[in-house]
Amino acid sequence: MDILELLELKKSFLSPDACLRPVIDIQRFNLPAGAQTAVMGESGLGKTTLLNLISGILAADAGQILVGGRDMAKLSEAGRDKCRGRSIGYIHQTFNLLQGFSAIENVLLAMAFGRGMDPPRARALLDRVGLRDRLNDRPRQLSSGQQQRVAIARALANQPSLVLADEPTGHLDPANAREALALIREVCAETGAALLLVTHDREILAGFESVVSLAAMNRAMDSAKSA
Amino acid sequence: MMTGATLRAITLIVRRSLRQHAVSTLVTAASVALAVGLLMAVFSINAQTYRAFTGGPVGFDAVLGARGSQIQLVLNTVFHLETSPGNIPWSLYESIRRDPRVRLAIPYAVGDNFMGFRIVGTIGDLFSQFQFAPGGRAFDPAKNEAVIGQVVAEKTGLRVGSVFSPFHGVNFDENMRHADEFVVAGVLQTSHSPSDRVIWIPIDGVFHMTGHVLRGTGETYQPRPGEEIPAEHKEVSAVMLKLRNPQAGFMLDQSINRQGRVATLAWPIGLVMAELFDKMGWMYRILQMVAWLIVGVAGATVFAGVYNTIQERRRDFAILRALGARRRTVFSAVVIESAAITALGAAASFLVYGALLAGAAAVIRAQTGVVLDALYFHPALILGPIGAVALGGAVGIVPAIKAYATDVAAHLAPVS
Repeated sequence: MDILELLELKKSFLSPDACLRPVIDIQRFNLPAGAQTAVMGESGLGKTTLLNLISGILAADAGQILVGGRDMAKLSEAGRDKCRGRSIGYIHQTFNLLQGFSAIENVLLAMAFGRGMDPPRARALLDRVGLRDRLNDRPRQLSSGQQQRVAIARALANQPSLVLADEPTGHLDPANAREALALIREVCAETGAALLLVTHDREILAGFESVVSLAAMNRAMDSAKSA
Repeated sequence: MMTGATLRAITLIVRRSLRQHAVSTLVTAASVALAVGLLMAVFSINAQTYRAFTGGPVGFDAVLGARGSQIQLVLNTVFHLETSPGNIPWSLYESIRRDPRVRLAIPYAVGDNFMGFRIVGTIGDLFSQFQFAPGGRAFDPAKNEAVIGQVVAEKTGLRVGSVFSPFHGVNFDENMRHADEFVVAGVLQTSHSPSDRVIWIPIDGVFHMTGHVLRGTGETYQPRPGEEIPAEHKEVSAVMLKLRNPQAGFMLDQSINRQGRVATLAWPIGLVMAELFDKMGWMYRILQMVAWLIVGVAGATVFAGVYNTIQERRRDFAILRALGARRRTVFSAVVIESAAITALGAAASFLVYGALLAGAAAVIRAQTGVVLDALYFHPALILGPIGAVALGGAVGIVPAIKAYATDVAAHLAPVS
């Protein structure tokens, strides 16, 4: 069974010269439940836009985004918010942690908008990513690697069926990047969540059995080239 | 409907934001506290003084005095403020005392002071209205004795057995000391009224005070010590009256004020004072306006404080939205934060209110003897803080709309 299915997905943006510029035009893409797939693409090709469409942060112009069988594209904004909170974990390149909140509060807040605050589970998640002793530290008190670990724990806070990772190692040194990637893949495998990771880093791509090229799946790239 | 978890999340967001902006939160809350405290104090003090001056423990229904202003007459005799509008002959006192419509008539003769506290010559019947502190009693009308109010005792240190000499005039001038000496026979228990600031002596003591002259007949008469003063020479500043019924007041008002030309009857006392308050109403309205203006400034401070934090927090709002928070959750968090700041101020406003009330009460008691009640309830004590919180929520709406409109994708940069 597919946890994610994209059908005829289209997204355009208005360029500064008032022209409509297609960014995403995907005929079909499937991600089976529990699978781990990397999407390869250079910077500026629309990798973040793709993840924002899947997570419902952006609304699609056309097409279907089926997450666990539910079409995100047909949901209202509030519906997409709810679905994102409950079913999707999102790991960002810059971690996007709330600076005024402790590590455990970052995880608890994610829970609040999903399946409800569960402090013991939040502690267990942070324990799982190796931050047992840093629960009450603020992000600025943590190293980059530790911050990314908090972001990983937060992404898994609501037991999502799908985890999206946007260049998750982009802000880490090679050693931390390897560790963070391994951790993401481990915890996703442990929880049964499917992982869709976008990156331009070939070293990271090398670790994935399933790699797809955004350029290959995105017809918008063809129109950009022909233009 | 928001879930319990969402409400807990909002509470956490608000708490953290208030802590992160602790200085601006405290300054803003302090401005709200000042504004609401001032507003409550203006309403409460006005209501209490109005009540005290128009319906407080005066104990009499009417005042008879020289022809002139009823307000001046009441202020001088009941509240022991202002100067006497003049004297009336003793015969008028005798006449009103015998009037069947009058239950009690107490003459007052004023014109002296002790350290600024008024000395009033009167008769012993007055003390049926008061209670004495332990060890005290009414003065002997044949002796140079005095009964003093509680505030006088506190401020001058006079006690039962103390001896003092009056000073001429209602304002204290140390060069105007009379040679006569009076012994304190009793101290009155506090009545929370202007009487607490008065020194009572026998009315004959005023007549016989060294240097006093009487003009009851229109001619100057200098009483000699020990001499029985002929009634026609005696005069009083005013006569305090207790009437048998309200109709008596109406009839006396008709005969003295409308048909007579000799005297003025101030009746009912509360109504006369209410007229004074009506005349002074502009002052109260200005105070109210100032208080409302400060509330407005405090509201603007809350608005500016919250609005300024929104720009720096747009990324936080975007992150919360990315985590699944709905727009209305973010909107609510900002409105609640704004209301929470004013709620802090509203809570602290009771301290400001208490301090203002204590200060005003001390001044009013010192000036008039009227005591304000620290536990007095005025609707402003409820409506003020509630209104402040509502105002806080209202001024938070514009910043909340800004937070509501945060573009999530744009604020989750960088984009890959």
